[in-house]
Amino acid sequence: MLKFPIYMDYQSTTPIDPRVLDEMLPYFTEKFGNPHSRSHSFGWEAGDAIEFARGQVADLISANPKEIIFTSGATEANNLAIKGLAHFYKSEKKHIITVKTEHKCVLDACRHLEQDGFEVTYLPVDTCGLLDLNLLENSIREDTLLVSVMAINNEVGVIQPIKDIGGICRRKGVFFHTDAAQAFGKIPLDVDAMNIDMMSISAHKIYGPKGIGALYVRRKPRVRLEPLMNGGGQERGIRSGTVPTPLVVGFGKAAEIAGMNMQEEYESIKRLSNKFCAGIVDSIPDVYLNGHKEARWPGCLNLSFAYIEGESLILAIKNLAVSSGSACTSASLEPSYVLRALGVEEELAHTSIRFGFGRFSTEEEVDYALELIKKSVGKLRDMSPLWEMAQEGIDLKSIQWSDH
Amino acid sequence: MAYSDKLMDHYENPKNVGSMDKNDKNVGTGLVGAPSCGDVMKLQLKINQDGVIEDAKFKTFGCGSAIASSSLVTEWVKGKTIEEAQKIKNIEIAKHLSLPPVKIHCSVLAEDAIKSAIADYQKKNLI
Repeated sequence: MLKFPIYMDYQSTTPIDPRVLDEMLPYFTEKFGNPHSRSHSFGWEAGDAIEFARGQVADLISANPKEIIFTSGATEANNLAIKGLAHFYKSEKKHIITVKTEHKCVLDACRHLEQDGFEVTYLPVDTCGLLDLNLLENSIREDTLLVSVMAINNEVGVIQPIKDIGGICRRKGVFFHTDAAQAFGKIPLDVDAMNIDMMSISAHKIYGPKGIGALYVRRKPRVRLEPLMNGGGQERGIRSGTVPTPLVVGFGKAAEIAGMNMQEEYESIKRLSNKFCAGIVDSIPDVYLNGHKEARWPGCLNLSFAYIEGESLILAIKNLAVSSGSACTSASLEPSYVLRALGVEEELAHTSIRFGFGRFSTEEEVDYALELIKKSVGKLRDMSPLWEMAQEGIDLKSIQWSDH
Repeated sequence: MAYSDKLMDHYENPKNVGSMDKNDKNVGTGLVGAPSCGDVMKLQLKINQDGVIEDAKFKTFGCGSAIASSSLVTEWVKGKTIEEAQKIKNIEIAKHLSLPPVKIHCSVLAEDAIKSAIADYQKKNLI
């Protein structure tokens, strides 16, 4: 039995896994202690639980549990990594390198540092969304402190060559941070093999609770950070504030499950995603897959449906919960900066939709989605003056449009 | 985007979708907007010798608000004289459909489409 709307927005968030919730519940009620209380068993019990969860998170990236700093999520982890590092080393080095397709919180943290006198290089990507490694290497200067590159892009699913980037950074003696919010628990990550110095992680992207994440911070060679918040000195003095035991317990369990089923889940998601993509491309003309065809997380498909504006398609397929790179769903009316960085023309950026597949996606859902999309695209193209002109052989670029 | 029932009804059951012969001298065609901005409207008006709009058709590339605004104006202009149709203001369209503030430009585009279609008709007929 299909249940509507069908959830296809797994990059945005994921439902909590029932096994995760079961682990969390006792920590809201009878095991409610403050994990930092050292004077009674309530505190010890909660403290033991967060240390166990720290181990579960660390295991998934081959880190030492002591290198895991719990935060409120990946946004805080990214801010802590970038601003915390910059503020600590500001008297030594003042240059940061990142990429134009990074998540807004990374770009915004960098912009903020520019106001504090840092210089930031925002590297371009190619039309597939990949970073040019030679360009990266040549952009590293004497005063470069940090390179920050995300592992999997949240809009197009492109996977950057993290191991190669880590190798370059280690050789050049600069810190390497990766925003792995979309990658942690989905593809194998190893902080030593990949020479990662800091990694941002989120729980709610892997069927864990919202409001919890972590920053992995390497101990050898040591990475030093200035805290964003001052207080009781929890989390090795880097992140003050009471650690939320139930959320952390859920985060740990979610990481354990993701690690246990990673290969199997990858194969199942890939199979559904391939079936969906082939079903669309084979039956609908003028559909384009944005981002690299192979170096990608299959659970994220970003498709442009030429001649149909994205929001109108989202309305037509309202039984599917999806997200759009189109401007019209946002308050800004600007099309996605990620698609623009890939060189996707504005006309096409307005027509893009992101389809997500995850742990609870089913083949029945894919079949239903395919039929609904085919029908809706047909209806909207029949209503589109651009489609009509294209069918008449008119080159849309030859027309003098009235920009507004 | 949360839309009003009226808007959703026009989006789901758009009125007067289609095309007329753009070479017919009784047909005025307006094509406004730009693909790079995310909305293009084509509005066609069939106008009789008394200057009354007998029929209207549209095709729109754009968001739900743009499609609904186009559909609405095809309903509104039918039976009106050129002079009456020219008086339709974007603010009335926006109000009728309860357009969210960021979508007001869709109603502006619909008003422009009416003016542009009438101008095309007048140019063809040397009025």
